[in-house]
Amino acid sequence: MIVELGHFTLILAFVFSITQAAFGFAGAAAQRIDWINAAKIAALVQFLFTALAFAALTYAYVISDFSVRNVFENSHTLKPLIYKISGVWGNHEGSMLLWVLVLALFGAAVARFGSNLPSTLRARVLGVQALIGIAFLAFIIATSNPFERIVPAPADGQGLNPLLQDLGLALHPPILYVGYVGFSVAFSFAIAALIEGKIDASWARWVRPWTLLAWSFLTGGIALGSWWAYYELGWGGWWYWDPVENASLMPWLIGTALLHSSIVVEKRNSLKSWTILLSILTFALSLIGTFLVRSGVLTSVHTFATDPDRGVFILGILCLVIGGGLTLYAWRAPHLKGGRLFQPISREGGVLLNNLLLTTAAATVFLGTIYPLVLEVFNGSKISVGPPYFNATFVPLMAPLVAALAVGPLLGWKRGDIAGALSRLKATALTAITVFIFVAWTVGQNSVWAALGIFLAVWLAGGVITELAKKIGLGQKSPMESLRRLIRIPRSSWGMSLAHFGLAVFIIGATGLSFWKEEKIVLMQTSETAEIGNYKVTFNGVRDQKGPNYVARQAVFTVQHKDKEKFNMTAEKRRYSVSQQETTEAGIKNGWLEDLYIVIGTNDDKNGQTVRIYLMPLVGWIWMGVLIMVFGGLFSLTDRRFRIGVPEGRKIAESSPAE
Amino acid sequence: MRQLLSLLPLSAFILLAAYFGLGLTKDPGLIPSALIGKPAPTFDLPSLMPGEKDINEHDFKGKISIVNVFASWCIPCLAEHPIWMQIHNNTSIPIYGIAWKDKRETAMRWLEKHGNPYTKIGYDPLNVFGIEWGVYGAPETYVVDKNGRVRFKHVGPIFPKLWQSHIFPLVKKIRAEK
Repeated sequence: MIVELGHFTLILAFVFSITQAAFGFAGAAAQRIDWINAAKIAALVQFLFTALAFAALTYAYVISDFSVRNVFENSHTLKPLIYKISGVWGNHEGSMLLWVLVLALFGAAVARFGSNLPSTLRARVLGVQALIGIAFLAFIIATSNPFERIVPAPADGQGLNPLLQDLGLALHPPILYVGYVGFSVAFSFAIAALIEGKIDASWARWVRPWTLLAWSFLTGGIALGSWWAYYELGWGGWWYWDPVENASLMPWLIGTALLHSSIVVEKRNSLKSWTILLSILTFALSLIGTFLVRSGVLTSVHTFATDPDRGVFILGILCLVIGGGLTLYAWRAPHLKGGRLFQPISREGGVLLNNLLLTTAAATVFLGTIYPLVLEVFNGSKISVGPPYFNATFVPLMAPLVAALAVGPLLGWKRGDIAGALSRLKATALTAITVFIFVAWTVGQNSVWAALGIFLAVWLAGGVITELAKKIGLGQKSPMESLRRLIRIPRSSWGMSLAHFGLAVFIIGATGLSFWKEEKIVLMQTSETAEIGNYKVTFNGVRDQKGPNYVARQAVFTVQHKDKEKFNMTAEKRRYSVSQQETTEAGIKNGWLEDLYIVIGTNDDKNGQTVRIYLMPLVGWIWMGVLIMVFGGLFSLTDRRFRIGVPEGRKIAESSPAE
Repeated sequence: MRQLLSLLPLSAFILLAAYFGLGLTKDPGLIPSALIGKPAPTFDLPSLMPGEKDINEHDFKGKISIVNVFASWCIPCLAEHPIWMQIHNNTSIPIYGIAWKDKRETAMRWLEKHGNPYTKIGYDPLNVFGIEWGVYGAPETYVVDKNGRVRFKHVGPIFPKLWQSHIFPLVKKIRAEK
């Protein structure tokens, strides 16, 4: 019954999204406030019904109703409750439903919190948002109905992939989706602005919080996925450049560019047409990211041929949304009023450089991901574009970006004083060069690149601190005055400093792990000892361990660091009873400077136990850095300019030039 | 000039969409195979898993088996992967994997990440198997009967629909044969 209700509310949500689109566009065109309000209410109702449909499916999962095909295929009575719930979005149909739910949530948020927007703009934004909703609700209802029944109901479900029973992975998709779908708001704002033919500083101010929110979640989602890969897969890597990862990195790169260019629109009323394009592209890549890879629908030309219903439908939607957006852009963008001019060396120039490098980087990732597929259509050959390609193209683009990043925020708007900025960075440069020499010297040969990475991180961190010092007039004003200024720094400005600083921390982690990782594969007998770095790892043998739905072979190790106390570590191979699948549980000892990471092999040879021991220098800094970036983004969101309740006049007032 | 510039993103997108559209009209599953009904071509590959025995066409004798060509770089292989896991978990049909044009470490990592449904896996970095069997692209799937004859070939990923409607009935039919 509840399942049928879920199906029914989903159809109602579809009906209301049509209402929302119709009233939104018609209301804006006819300037009728009652229609505009109707669109707003429709957005709220549509969200309500989508949420009910989602709740119905979740209910079916929680009570393990195997008469629902989706539950039967993806759940099992033996699953812990939390993984029954996460099973809702662990499959194609359910993840589509989650996607639409987040979309409706953002629509409702614009309706609810957008009361300070000009009413026609808001109506059009809701209209565009509803159009996307219509397309995807139609897709779900027509080809991917999660509420389909099977008669008679099977006794138990099939879905018990133990690898997916993990908290990190359970939370990963919803967070990632908030990021992906959040960019739909920027897209809707861009389309609405193109329809209205008007984009100005206040437009940018309305778009920015949404972009910032989406960006923070996307950043967090990517990091969570990478962290999961690190501790669960047992290969000791954190980024593999596989298509799924690339698909989330591309919207992140373009979204980051958008985040910066919209500041220029807000502060300087410039780069307008470019910002609109970035808004469209970010969402386009988010769509491609979700559907090209994650749902396994659009994976390649092969898939189209075998599962044509969904493939054609999705391709149609992508063409409509992206093609429609870009067509509107090609038609209307040339008519947008040009922005103010600026010198190449200026804050705007810095942002432009940032944008060029980020979009080029996104383009190289795109090429690397799609090139093998393209080649295949033309001559049938298969090639593999692996990490070497990405390392050779992506890293050289990021290095100048980071180098410039320290300087950019020190430049003034419109016309910057590069000599002044560089002279402020003297201390930073000196420190960075000293560190460079020190690292290159101590770590020895082949480490020039590693030293360069650390150099960039120090340079960037120094730049962030220099910029803060400049802002509070450190050393030029009295200490009291500096303190007063420090307290008054707006939160959005802190957000920037934090995010940039987080990037520096991240670079240190990424550099450390890429260049100084040590790895040892040894065949160990009981009480044998292996040495890695400053650690002596003694193997104490294997014991059997029973879990709730698995049996584990657990290897126990005693670890002795050169000048620390002894401690024990365990690493496991788990075999799940129902699915007979094996998973690896790495033994990880986290530390500030390095992780010790132990994985055992499958073979149960009489010659001993295969053990892989890794020393992962600075690996924790990777996620700590990203965490700081996310925190920066969210902290910036609490800036008073973005908060609700700030007097109307302040928000709509023409932006003040130069800070 | 500005007009031309703003047309650029649209043109790029049209090219891309056309490419996907082109892919739609091509059905690589339809390529006829000369192998059907013939004895499985001979081959001899080392096992992907270090220390395990080699794999050759004699492995297929005496029982019905599925041979699946896959690679870690191949996205459609990932798309069809869940079905192999299901068949592995719910039936007793042995599935033989061929890690095609792949590196040992990446193929093993891929299997560890996504699950290993294969009874035995041949390691074919240099397309030795591919040339003998006429592999068109990955993924590719064969059904070999107990006399070692190839009975079915499919290029492209296998999805539940195809398995239920075509391959599984075929497997049952072949099993019933004397």
